[in-house]
Amino acid sequence: MLEISNLCKTFNVGTINEVMSLQNVSLSIEDGSFVCVLGTNGSGKSTLLNAVAGTFLTDSGSIILKGKEITKWPEHKRASQIGRVFQNPFSGTAPGMSIAENLALAAKRGRKRGLGWGLTASVMSELKSKVKVLNMGLEERLETPIGKLSGGQRQALTLLMSSWLKPDLLLLDEHTAALDPKTASKVIELTERIVNQGKLTTLMVTHSMQQAVNLGDRIIMMHQGEIKYDFRGEEKKRLKVPDLLALFDELRRKDQIDPAVAELLMREYV
Amino acid sequence: MTLLIGSITIGLVLALLALGIFISFRIFDFPDITAEGSFTFGAAITASLIVAGINPVAATLMAFAGGLLAGAATGLIHTRFKINPLLSGILVMTALYSVNLHVMGKSNVPLLSQLTLFTWVEHFSIAVSGKDAITSVLGWSVPVKDLWILLFCLIMIVLFSLVLLWFFRTNIGTAMRATGDNDQMIRALGVNTNVMIVFGVAISNGFIALSGSMLAQFQGFADVQMGIGMMVWGLASVIIGEALINEKKLGLLIAGAVIGAVLFRLLVAIALRWGMNPNDLKLITATFVFLALVLPGFMNKTKKIRLVK
Repeated sequence: MLEISNLCKTFNVGTINEVMSLQNVSLSIEDGSFVCVLGTNGSGKSTLLNAVAGTFLTDSGSIILKGKEITKWPEHKRASQIGRVFQNPFSGTAPGMSIAENLALAAKRGRKRGLGWGLTASVMSELKSKVKVLNMGLEERLETPIGKLSGGQRQALTLLMSSWLKPDLLLLDEHTAALDPKTASKVIELTERIVNQGKLTTLMVTHSMQQAVNLGDRIIMMHQGEIKYDFRGEEKKRLKVPDLLALFDELRRKDQIDPAVAELLMREYV
Repeated sequence: MTLLIGSITIGLVLALLALGIFISFRIFDFPDITAEGSFTFGAAITASLIVAGINPVAATLMAFAGGLLAGAATGLIHTRFKINPLLSGILVMTALYSVNLHVMGKSNVPLLSQLTLFTWVEHFSIAVSGKDAITSVLGWSVPVKDLWILLFCLIMIVLFSLVLLWFFRTNIGTAMRATGDNDQMIRALGVNTNVMIVFGVAISNGFIALSGSMLAQFQGFADVQMGIGMMVWGLASVIIGEALINEKKLGLLIAGAVIGAVLFRLLVAIALRWGMNPNDLKLITATFVFLALVLPGFMNKTKKIRLVK
């Protein structure tokens, strides 16, 4: 389904802030699989997601989604295949527009938008029944501007919007990180339901190890722009939070050793 | 009374300007100063074409097209070359000053003896109620032709408002509003926001040029200076409208911009009548907009302080 090969991205090239966010990242995801991406801060996990979404163009490498090479496609063109939920609950919805209008926009994701009326009766009744499923009472407030809703409600609606037209790939970028624990677990529950119902191929960045352990069928751990571990199948099922913590510790220890080793080698050879 | 009717008529003509500013400033959050150039551009195009003997309707439509072009230029400079919106507008506005002089051939084109949209309305008035007919409105005697012109402008602005309202409710119009509200979101839903911005700023300037064109025909001349201060003028109208309406509904906001434009023109006419120096007009307009932008935030602050105490 998704084939990423040798993807590289360096930000701020030639300045003191040069960061190699992605270093030869290759990843292949099968149709219908739910992949959790873990990693330390600055490990490149969000960068990977944004590279697939097309927020920026990569320096080298290729991205193939459902047989189409999308490496050079602009962000809006990729949207016909990709549904997204952002970390910031404010990012996924237009605050000044009503719930109904936001959903109607999503009902046309990646399609041609013409001079047809936006909120037709059929769209209205369809979105009413879809919003009802959320069980938040929002179906009675379809005319309310989305900006008046809580972060959790907005994130739930964004999930609904990103999966309204079945996407070939669903990208979730730490979409519960900004929510309180109770709301976060509700949104995760909804995520699971939507992904399972639609059998959606999903790539989810998270820094909750518990989420990674509970959800999905594959875990990828990134560090310094590279994929360090990749667990799937039975191996992923056996994985528990302490195992993941141990792996993180190991990565960090390696980090601390590296400069010291380098110094040692310098002394040896120079 | 004649003064009052004249002011309302000009207010209605300038309501087109207010609608244009509403689109760029409120829908797209794009501070577009191209307005100052495209307002004159519209007037210049219409005046030159009318003097050249072109049909006034065609001349007015050409002004609209000219405004579209000017706006598209600003939009393209901003989206293609990543130049800040204000600077993009300043570049096009400055360039238009020369373009306008070329279009008109001189700095002022009189239209007094020419056939304009309003002469047609006058002809219509003469045909219906005779030459120099006078009627009484609230006890004042008023030339019937002025009332017809007022009605003509009113119908026109209502029509344009309805078209605009309809457009912003269509799929593409909704996507445009979302572009101004949250561009990241609407890109993720597959909309090319750059195209939307170019298109939106173009429409905005189309309306503004139309306003300039109508004003030139109403007052009987086009002048290369007539666009100066028009952006702030439009902004003042939009802000008055918002204060009156105090609602976020699209239809009401559009109506508010129109009512604001008329009201602002009336306020200015009254102030001038009371002996305000016309030279101070722009200073006072700018101060007014400044206060309107600052006061709401300031009031909230003092409210909070009072609550704390």
